[in-house]
Amino acid sequence: MREKNKFKLSAAYFFLAPALITIFIFFLLPVIAALLMSFTDFDIYSLGNIGYAQFVGLKNYIDIFNDPLFWTSLKNTFYFVIVGGPLSILVSLAAALLINSKLIQFKSFFRIVYFIPVVTTLVAVSVLWRFIYHPKFGILNYLLGFIGIHGIDWLGNPQFAMPAIILMAVWKNFGYNMIIFIAGLQNIPEDLYEAASLEGASAWNQFKNITLPMLAPTTLFVGIITMIGYFQLFAEPYIMTQGGPLNSTLSIVLYMYQEGFRWWNMGYSAALAFILFFIILIVSLIQLKIQKESYI
Amino acid sequence: MKRSLLYIILIITAILCLLPFVWMISASLMTTGEANVFPPKFFPSKITFSQYQNLFSRLNIARYFINSIVVSVGITVISLFVNSMAGFAFAKYRFSGQKNLFKLLLSFMIIPAQVTMLPLFLMLKYMGLINSYMAVIIPGIASVFGIFLIRQYLIAIPDSLIEAARMDGASDFQIYFSVILPLAKPILITLAIFSFMGAWNDFLWPLIAMTNDSMYTLPVALASLMGEHNQDTELMMAGSVVTIMPILLVFLALQKYYIKGIMMGGIKE
Amino acid sequence: MSKVKNIFLQLVLYFIILSSAFIELSCSGHSSNKILINFWSMGAEAEHVQKLTKEFEKLNPNIEVKVQAMPWTAAHEKLITAYASETTPDIVQMGNTWIPEFVALNSLDSLNSFIDNSKVVQSQNYFPGIWKTNFIGKKLYGIPWYVDTRVLFYRSDILKKVGYPEPPKNWNELYDASKKIRKLYGSEQKYAFFIPTNEWAPFIIFGMQAGADLLKDDNSYGNFSDSKFETAFEYLMKFYKEKLAPIDWMQVSNVFQAFASGFFAMYITGPWNVAEFKNRLPKNLQNDWMTAPLPAYDDQKYPGLSLAGGSSLSMFKSCKHKNAAWKLIEFLSEKENQIEFYHLSTDLPAVIDAWQDSTLKNDKYLKAFYEQLQNVIPMPKVPEWEQIVSAKVQQYAEYGARGKVSPEKALKMLDQDVDKILEKRRWILNKEKKQI
Repeated sequence: MREKNKFKLSAAYFFLAPALITIFIFFLLPVIAALLMSFTDFDIYSLGNIGYAQFVGLKNYIDIFNDPLFWTSLKNTFYFVIVGGPLSILVSLAAALLINSKLIQFKSFFRIVYFIPVVTTLVAVSVLWRFIYHPKFGILNYLLGFIGIHGIDWLGNPQFAMPAIILMAVWKNFGYNMIIFIAGLQNIPEDLYEAASLEGASAWNQFKNITLPMLAPTTLFVGIITMIGYFQLFAEPYIMTQGGPLNSTLSIVLYMYQEGFRWWNMGYSAALAFILFFIILIVSLIQLKIQKESYI
Repeated sequence: MKRSLLYIILIITAILCLLPFVWMISASLMTTGEANVFPPKFFPSKITFSQYQNLFSRLNIARYFINSIVVSVGITVISLFVNSMAGFAFAKYRFSGQKNLFKLLLSFMIIPAQVTMLPLFLMLKYMGLINSYMAVIIPGIASVFGIFLIRQYLIAIPDSLIEAARMDGASDFQIYFSVILPLAKPILITLAIFSFMGAWNDFLWPLIAMTNDSMYTLPVALASLMGEHNQDTELMMAGSVVTIMPILLVFLALQKYYIKGIMMGGIKE
Repeated sequence: MSKVKNIFLQLVLYFIILSSAFIELSCSGHSSNKILINFWSMGAEAEHVQKLTKEFEKLNPNIEVKVQAMPWTAAHEKLITAYASETTPDIVQMGNTWIPEFVALNSLDSLNSFIDNSKVVQSQNYFPGIWKTNFIGKKLYGIPWYVDTRVLFYRSDILKKVGYPEPPKNWNELYDASKKIRKLYGSEQKYAFFIPTNEWAPFIIFGMQAGADLLKDDNSYGNFSDSKFETAFEYLMKFYKEKLAPIDWMQVSNVFQAFASGFFAMYITGPWNVAEFKNRLPKNLQNDWMTAPLPAYDDQKYPGLSLAGGSSLSMFKSCKHKNAAWKLIEFLSEKENQIEFYHLSTDLPAVIDAWQDSTLKNDKYLKAFYEQLQNVIPMPKVPEWEQIVSAKVQQYAEYGARGKVSPEKALKMLDQDVDKILEKRRWILNKEKKQI
């Protein structure tokens, strides 16, 4: 063991202080305050006169569980996460395998091109896709027309609105996970494949028995960050559909935003935020557990 | 045979990635109404910059552009210092509770930022900071992900370098400033791009914290334009181009560092 | 050690300078000795009113007016946010349906003492229905600046084709004309009447025409499932069901193009669209569209009721220079300036005398508005009104239009949600009662 204590401890605290203090004041305190707030009926009246706020116990949570809009938003969010998440990851993995293939040149060119949607501003992309999805004048329906699909009202039909948002999200995000998968693929020792080839294993078998298991930790990581990100769906419906049609794209965060910062029902909104937090926590734990059990 | 099939798939995917942007740029150069026709046009019949003129002369987009720059640069510069110092402390010092503290910080990453937003808004309001650049910069200063990246990078740097500097009589801060920071340059660039892009593209928090339209950042301004001008496809496309272009150029210039950073963040232990 | 200290101090200094620069930039300190009046206005109005405020500044060299624009669609949200973040301006262009909300929040100043001594602002100068919207009890909180109400915009050529040389005068005619227009198109995807569910106005208007009280019990409970409102709601739902109105309003990304192409032939909307339609519709169509007062529930009542809308000028309590602010309100209420503002913005003047202006009088599209303004009423004056209509009425209008639930069920659910929204209001009313 190297003797590190001879570095002055006070220096360590000095270096840590700015980060820890800002995290404490501007992150941890608000989290605690939000928890407290979720047990009150803090609203627009209370902003002007704190006497109009009162402690209401679990009322907000009970109201939320009786609120059909909450269940709609929960359902929509899960739809987005459960369909969009795996779909994104699959496309990312496929793209990573393609680019990583030994037969391919210009790898870095394709990597950059696939990555461009990732870096571009989500709001601008949502604005752009709103026009792309236009049922009459949008280029998507025009192109689909060539293969005999006509007149899908992407954002206007409650059945297609969420798939449309998922499609855009996959297009926008697959590049990010693709990079992580490429890194994961490059970390798989080459001799594993050589040995398998010698034994005459087919490409599919190699993929199934070497690539997939070796990628498991990467997939776990990718799965968790993708899911956490997807649970926070907001800008896409905010820009493209305002949560409609028929609330079919109302996400939890959008609902929280509307309740909190549009109608200033801050207690209710804080409770929604905490429910989102607990859902993310639980789903992350489940994911960790499942993957641990199946691979290790 | 197999190779050409792979290339075809790759090229089609590349086209799908780029086509929306091509249409966006092209539509931004059309006259008003030209993008709302069937069949859709992929190229303007006559290139016009009137949409851009409109954005800059009437819709004040230069102001939003400056706001975005100030906020993004502010977050990037300050967070680089704050996070590199903390990352350095975690990588090269031993103090009691260090491991647990680091784990605790990492666990914060699972708390969605939305949880903090309501109290944070009230807090900044009482501090009189709503509608100031600080309202957006402060919550973006310390990032657990940034601290994590720097720590991972610095752990690999041999302690002997630090000890040598100490022998020469350098203080802790000098070591940080003149040994660690230069050594960590690649990861600092990576982190800088991350912070800059994150700040530039961020939407929800600036939407909440900037209630005065002279303080809007580009994404917030674009969303508010969308409410007023959703009839004007061409104008909205021009606005999108202005919003996207800077970040795209930054990415293309520094993409190596960025992609490396994602790979580092992705492979844990 | 001193070296480190130096670097550190420099760093700290740098941070402080940087942050104070940011804060200063964002507050943009006001240096001159003039009185500064912050005036928030909406969309195009903000752009146009600056020409008037320049004149005002010339007349009052010690006052400076800073006009700031809020986009229309986000104006309510922005005002509430400004209240929440304590960044309200001095004077504001206030949608007159929002006044109760800001009064309830105790953020507007009553203007009674000002008009008592004013030669310019007198109640008889204004349309009665509009004037009333600015009162909460006996207190006046806004001076009408320009007025707005909804009328029927229609394609006269299409209506003529189906035997309506005159626009529909009552509900039956409106429905009948719509059916005939629909018939004209056969299987073509075109409609008669555009009632987008993201605009609550028609639903409220038809409800009020049918005689519905929208809220009950001292405005503390919803009353939408009452039979009168139900009549109106079911009447409108018929248009969606029989494909006389497009359900998906998003399909109409450009109202002007859609109106020009005959995608719909009738649309209930406000005066701002007169100028827009004049500018944006193709030239050859300019003789083929017209405006008319709203059809009524039955013939005797023509023209039917419409909303008393528009914008008032209100003063926030936070205003530091009330007399200067009032001066500006008075200035904008003078007949000449009302006329000039109409010329600049085409917003309809609130001062009745200003309607004598020749361009206004000769505009054939504006006649309908003048007639309609004689028959407008305010909406329930509860602070939660904006949330009730723009969140809930629209939501359930959409539910009904798309057939997700029956109209009856939709209204039941609407009442439930409205009751929930008004819960805090009931609590506060109770609390206040106990105090008295």
